[in-house]
Amino acid sequence: MLTLRCPCCGVLADETELAPGGTAHLRREGPEASDEAFEAYMFLRDNPRGVHFERWRHAFGCGKWFHAARCTVTNEVFGTYPAQTAAPPEEVLEAIRRRRPEWER
Amino acid sequence: MPEYPLEGRRFDGLVRLESAEPRGMIALRGTPEELSSALEESVGLAWPATGEAAWTGEVGALWMAPDELLLLVPQGQAQDLVERLGRSLADRHHLVADVSDMRTLLRMSGSGCRDVLAKVTPADVSPAGLSIGRVRRSRVGQVAAAIWLRDGETAEIACFRSVAHYVFDLLADAAHPEARVDYWTPQGADAQA
Ligand SMILES: [Zn+2]
Repeated sequence: MLTLRCPCCGVLADETELAPGGTAHLRREGPEASDEAFEAYMFLRDNPRGVHFERWRHAFGCGKWFHAARCTVTNEVFGTYPAQTAAPPEEVLEAIRRRRPEWER
Repeated sequence: MPEYPLEGRRFDGLVRLESAEPRGMIALRGTPEELSSALEESVGLAWPATGEAAWTGEVGALWMAPDELLLLVPQGQAQDLVERLGRSLADRHHLVADVSDMRTLLRMSGSGCRDVLAKVTPADVSPAGLSIGRVRRSRVGQVAAAIWLRDGETAEIACFRSVAHYVFDLLADAAHPEARVDYWTPQGADAQA
């Protein structure tokens, strides 16, 4: 069972209180983008075995979106952080490097 | 007049379940920075801390989200308060709406409240996780609900009115007299000691 600390209300939320929102930190391609660039934005994902950055919504709780860094192999959670950012905060990256020294973004 | 789906329903088991008396409910949305002074003037309550409720008598301000409160007022007073808040917030970005008919309030009473709640919600209902004064929005069975304690043996539960009977039946099942757990009750505390 996955539990994530919602950074918006502070609650340690059970997976069944949350709605998944897919990969975080995607940059949408603008109107002048090539078809290839838009396809990559729309469909192509790295999907590694290991560290993922994801969007989650505290659907049954405060209703807010937030981000989580999680290992998809072990379900270890490295941290959660507010959604109002374009990149993971440094303390979350440090937490990942401590547990996965070989990891590279 | 609005209808109250649980009016007259009552169940006695590990806890007593009944419809709480109907109250006016108001959704107030906006940032605390912009709205808290109007709340203080109109209701006499400070903006509650994250995840908590502020009360003055039967008037409550329940924290729903970083930008949302649910105000509880005696029945019949919601429309007047909506108008007063609307006037004092006219130049602020805000939303204030009478949502009295949107949700239903249940009351659960007895020493088995935490045991019964623990069967139907993933929320932490331990004395530390659900202390008096906290408001916990979570899941009850298959639907969304908010839970708070008025005192050590009285919980109130708000859910959408369309699922009021579902929540009542679910809690009544969990509170069946032969489904005793005694984890959080005084008897349970003795057994753990
Ligand atoms: Zn939350």
